[in-house]
Amino acid sequence: MTDTLTPVLSAHWDEADGFTLEGYRRTGGYRALPQALNTPQDDLITAVKEAGLRGRGGAGFPTGLKWSFIPQGDGKPHYLVVNADESEPGTCKDVPLMMANPHTLVEGVIIAAYAIRARQAFIYVRGEVVHVVRRVQQAVADAYAAGYIGLDILGSGYDLDVVVHAGAGAYICGEETALLDSLEGFRGLPRLKPPFPAVAGLYASPTVINNVESIASVPSIVANSANWFADLGTEKSKGYGIFSLSGHVTTPGQYEAPLGITLRELLELAGGIRAGHRLKFWTPGGSSVPLLTDEHLDVPLDFESVQAAGSQLGTRALQMFDDTTCVVRAVLRWNQFYQHESCGKCTPCREGTYWMTQVLRRLENGQGTDEDLDKLLDICDNILGRAFCALGDGATSPITSSIQYFRDEYIEHQKRGGCPFDPAASTLFGSR
Amino acid sequence: MPFSEEDRARLEPQVAEIIGRYPKPRSSLMPLLHLLQSEEGYISNDAIRYVADRLGVTETEVTGVASFYSMYKRHPVGEYHVGVCTNTLCAIMGGDQILATLEEHLGVEVDEPTADGKVSIEHVECNAACDYAPVVMVNWEFFDNQTPESATQLVDDLRAGIPVKPTRGPDRLCTWRQASRVLAGFNDGLAGEGPAAGPASLVGLNIAKENGWTAPQPPDEPKSSPASKGASR
Repeated sequence: MTDTLTPVLSAHWDEADGFTLEGYRRTGGYRALPQALNTPQDDLITAVKEAGLRGRGGAGFPTGLKWSFIPQGDGKPHYLVVNADESEPGTCKDVPLMMANPHTLVEGVIIAAYAIRARQAFIYVRGEVVHVVRRVQQAVADAYAAGYIGLDILGSGYDLDVVVHAGAGAYICGEETALLDSLEGFRGLPRLKPPFPAVAGLYASPTVINNVESIASVPSIVANSANWFADLGTEKSKGYGIFSLSGHVTTPGQYEAPLGITLRELLELAGGIRAGHRLKFWTPGGSSVPLLTDEHLDVPLDFESVQAAGSQLGTRALQMFDDTTCVVRAVLRWNQFYQHESCGKCTPCREGTYWMTQVLRRLENGQGTDEDLDKLLDICDNILGRAFCALGDGATSPITSSIQYFRDEYIEHQKRGGCPFDPAASTLFGSR
Repeated sequence: MPFSEEDRARLEPQVAEIIGRYPKPRSSLMPLLHLLQSEEGYISNDAIRYVADRLGVTETEVTGVASFYSMYKRHPVGEYHVGVCTNTLCAIMGGDQILATLEEHLGVEVDEPTADGKVSIEHVECNAACDYAPVVMVNWEFFDNQTPESATQLVDDLRAGIPVKPTRGPDRLCTWRQASRVLAGFNDGLAGEGPAAGPASLVGLNIAKENGWTAPQPPDEPKSSPASKGASR
């Protein structure tokens, strides 16, 4: 019987020096690396496939399969790019991981780059977290000094360079092709796919782009076996993952558990929703996935079950809002975020998010009409599946799901000619 | 003010180092902008000309990039740039009240520095610290679990020159320009300061430890290995 929580990536976050090379080595770090470098590349790719690791950045694409798409013997340079641009609202797992244990990421980078036969890797770190940038820079520098990165790594004949690249504040760069444009020194605009990055990515060369948590999970698979990883989690959503609880919960924080744990179980560990209140709505995976409600406490948090419940597992960013929260205000604010972060490349997203802000503001102020709800749904219908990238799709999620579950609350705003909620009651300090 | 010959001579080795990191020079555009922001505190037209000149691209192209990313400022901000998260979760947990309080207290508009040049404020989007909401960033360092009172004290201390310490960051807050230099890829040696993890990052781990919960032992690892727990055998 597997334990309820299974810390792997977070197992040593409480070590005061866990972010240093010495601290990491003391807790078993860099033991997977020599093992990996003695394994044929294709066998590593097979192991990651067999482990069933699926992308931890939100989309859940099988990591080993992504690696296997890289053409071999093509004579072009290959690149590994780590998406460390964690920005999805509610998502706060990669930042503490890189702060407390950046060497797990670095070890994963070396193994993954070796597996896909890349000699150059980039870690694209969000710019707005300077201390995380420092920790990753230092980890890479220390790994170079220890001979884990550079020429002839551990006598294997394998050479690798790793560059830490800081972003400059653009949510869209979490979209993998926009990230590549950004890394090439351009505005971060998503590219038309195909060609996919595995064929024409960075500098038009074969490129794998993986999330921090995906790459950081690789050393544990190499060290403990694919079966060990695959035995955790559910049939199709294997392994463990970090669940980030935030909002109106008694003990917000990071909980690392096998995929398939439920919010009810997590809330039990986290002391429940804050005293005197009940859960109203929550996001299972950031703001770009449809909201769920207290009807969904027993949905297993794996890719398939959350999808069957009408949402997506996304980044396991569980933002919880209690009964003091106005859903219209919450959705308006998310939409303003998407409007602000829309790169402007495609019309449905650029114009749609702009107009939806106008309509939502009117609704929140109690000046909306029934037609406004239909108008919103119509605009969403014209964005979803018609936008250039997932940003536009994501923008529709909070709107359509909130109208689905809370249509009456929108209408209540109209009836009263204003918002029925007191924003002070939702704050952590307002009840004092 | 245009970069003097002296400035260029001093900057050139750093510029060359940045360009040398990448297979193609154009990739250095963003770190170069971070570097020049660390020189002047913002991206001036002279900085744009300098980068364009150095990379052999047009000023329009550099301007296009500089204006796309919100961390590049096109006019001076404070020595301490305060970002209040007002994305949904932080806003609802109190970020809206914190921003309103600071705007009133400082009497400045977004991105406009106080008359002493010490502090400017803006609202920022989700900064990946939702378990520490409401969150305030200063020069992109974390100030977790803020209230209107604590944030007011923070900006007052910054204006008075009283040293402040980020919740999860170095022992003393760096200036805006110093932080920009780190983002350009120049390690300032402060990675060792500050905690490995804040309290919220550890709640799951602590619960697991209290309950004796761990990830399963790997199949072929002998039970007597130093890593295994328990006193059996």
